[in-house]
Order: sequence, then structure tokens, then C-alpha cells
Amino acid sequence: MKHLWEDLSRGLWRENPTFRIMIGMCPTLAVTTEAVNGVSMGLSAMFVLLCSSTLISALKPVIPNKARIPIYIVIISTFVTIVDYFLKAMFPAIHKVLGIFIPLIVVNCIILGRAEAFAGKNPPLRSALDAVGMGLGFTWALLVLGSIREILGNGTWFGLRVFAPGYVPWIVMILPPGGFLTLGLLLGGMNWLAEKLAFWSAQRVGERRLATAQAAAGEGCCRVPEV
Amino acid sequence: MLTKLVLIVLGSILVNNFVLTRFLGICPFLGVSTSIENSLSMGAATTFVMTLSAAAAWMIQAYILTPFGLPFLQSIIFILVIASLVQLVEMFILKTSPALHRALGIYLPLITTNCAILGLALLVVIKGYSLVESAVFAVGAGLGFTLALVIMAGIRQELRFADVPKPLQGFGIALIIAGLMSLAFMGFTGLITV
Repeated sequence: MKHLWEDLSRGLWRENPTFRIMIGMCPTLAVTTEAVNGVSMGLSAMFVLLCSSTLISALKPVIPNKARIPIYIVIISTFVTIVDYFLKAMFPAIHKVLGIFIPLIVVNCIILGRAEAFAGKNPPLRSALDAVGMGLGFTWALLVLGSIREILGNGTWFGLRVFAPGYVPWIVMILPPGGFLTLGLLLGGMNWLAEKLAFWSAQRVGERRLATAQAAAGEGCCRVPEV
Repeated sequence: MLTKLVLIVLGSILVNNFVLTRFLGICPFLGVSTSIENSLSMGAATTFVMTLSAAAAWMIQAYILTPFGLPFLQSIIFILVIASLVQLVEMFILKTSPALHRALGIYLPLITTNCAILGLALLVVIKGYSLVESAVFAVGAGLGFTLALVIMAGIRQELRFADVPKPLQGFGIALIIAGLMSLAFMGFTGLITV
């Protein structure tokens, strides 16, 4: 049970594809001009990741090792085509904004990377959980980036007005430079936070160890040796 | 005709730079741009594969996918063609020029998963270019990619002597530099309207 939770939680923070491993950068930067676009991209990638990881893991016994990469690519691009046509039919506005970045999910390193590093070696349930975790990790990263850029660059969040009407939007945030700058500063912030967290938890562990050591030492000195 | 081709090349190098404006090929842009020589080799290899794959994509779209009504196979076919093309190019270079293979060899497998290549193949179809225009567009896109990579590598070489705050070291500062470069390239907006 514990390792199932570990599979799911891996992508959320510890091995977050965007903030920790830094793969799949092109869609991350390109589609996050608005929060809703980021979420749609994240969910599309998550669907492809979940389906392809589960299928690859289930087909593992029959996939010849030497031909595995082309087979993975065919499986992945099949699901990408499904997403492409689904969005075109149901959400044409989003399909138009995401544009070529939907077919480009095929070459998103997150998906092939998880297929190669995890799904090709583990049973279907664990691969599915890993895929959901990675997909959610990717989605929340895109949501954060998209929110920052939309709020500052347009004064809205998911289309709702955030600032008073007199707000002058920072247009640069929704233009290409804004994507690079926001992600760069965010990565710096994340690294700073991760370092602080590690430092604090190390400090707490140290304090606890010291306390137990003192307690043990205290106990030792006060105990009257029994004769 | 010739003017249009020149405009396509200049437009794809400066105005709609693949890396800095279209966000295609960010992974090699951040990963490989450590020295100017590496960037030039990577750029040359990418430009070469881009031109071949854009021409191949155009022909597949015009002679197979459209006449037989198979547009839904587009992404599957394109990625498979690009992957096999990269393999072929690698084998061809290995046979004909081992020196060139030593220089470009390690970059070729990376190119398959470079989204700039597949993105270019898709863009060629969306824009409705002719075969010649597609090839010229690919050359321009490759040159633009090389330009961005070389500038980035130059800045990064200088950066080794800079005192970068610890949390920003590595990718953080690289992204901020890319943002400033992108800001600079925005100055070309409106230079050419294609």
C-alpha cells in the first residue's frame, strides 16, 4: 500500500517534471498565457500519459526489447490523435489556442521518459498511478505558471477580473519573454524553498536526536545501579 | 517569388524565431548550449534534418495523406518518418564522412525528440507552403535555431565568471537570459509581415 502512494506522489513534488526534472519545457512555456490553457494542456498530457503508460505496461511481455521505442511512439501518438480530435470536436476554442502543441505531445519528453523509465519495467497498476501523479504534477505546474501570467498580464484569473478596472496589465507577461522570465524566477524560488525545507527538517531531526541523546544520558546518570 | 523566399527566411530567423518566439526546441536550447562549437554543430545537424523532414512532410501530406483522406494519421506518420530519417542520415554520414559523424553523431539521436522538427513539419502543412517555400522555411527555421543557440552559448560562457545567486544557478538563470533575449528579439516584430 505504501509504495502505491509513493508511485502516485512522486510526480507531485519530489520528481515534478517541470520544477524538479525540467522536461517538457516547450508546452510549459508556450501555452501558459492563460490559466485555462495551462490546465487544458496539463489534462490532455495526463490523459495521454495515463493511457499510454498503462497500455505499454500491460503489453510489456509482447513488446520486443529492441523495437520498443518505435512501438512506444506509435502507442503515444495514437492517444495524442484521440485527444486532438476530441478537443477539436468538443472544445474548438481551446483546440485553436493550443494549436500545434497538441500534436507535439507526441515528442513531449515526459511521456516517452515515463514509458522508458517506469512503465516498461513495472506492472500496470503502479504505472497508472505513476502516470496520474506525473500528470497532476505537470498540470499544477502549468496552472501556477498560467495563473501568474494571466493575473499580471491581463488582470484576470480564469477570465474573472482580479484587479480594479484602473489596473494597467503587464503585457509582457503574456508575450513570449514573460514565459521565460516567470519560469526562471519561479524555479529560483522553488530551489530556495526546497533548500530551506531540507535545512529546517535537518535541523528538527538534529534537535530531536540531541533531545533523545540528552534524555538517555540523563536517564543513565540518575539510575542507581542495583546491587 | 524570390522576394517572398527571402522574406520567409528573414521572418523565420528574426521575427518568428523558433526558439524565442514559438517556444520550439527549448530542450536542446537549454541543454546543449554550453559552448559555441557544440551549438554550431547542433545547429548544423538540426538545420540539415529540418530541411529534409520538411520536404518529406510536404510530400507525404500532398501525395499520401490528402489524396487518400488520411489526415488523422498525420502525427503518427510524421514522427515515424522523422525518426527513420534521422536514422538514415546518421548511417549515411557514418559511411561517407566519419569526421562529420564524430562532430554531429551524438546530437543526431537527440534531434528525433526535438519538438522543433515535428513542429516545423506541422507548420509547413498549416501554412500551406509550396515544396520550395517549405524547404526555404526549414532552412530559415534552422538558422534561427542556430542563432539562438550560439548567442545563448556565448552568454553562458561569460556567465561562468558571474556571481549568480545559488537558487538561480543552472536552469533558472538560463531561462532569465532566454527571457531577455526574447525581449530583444521582440524588437523585430513588424519588420516583415509574411
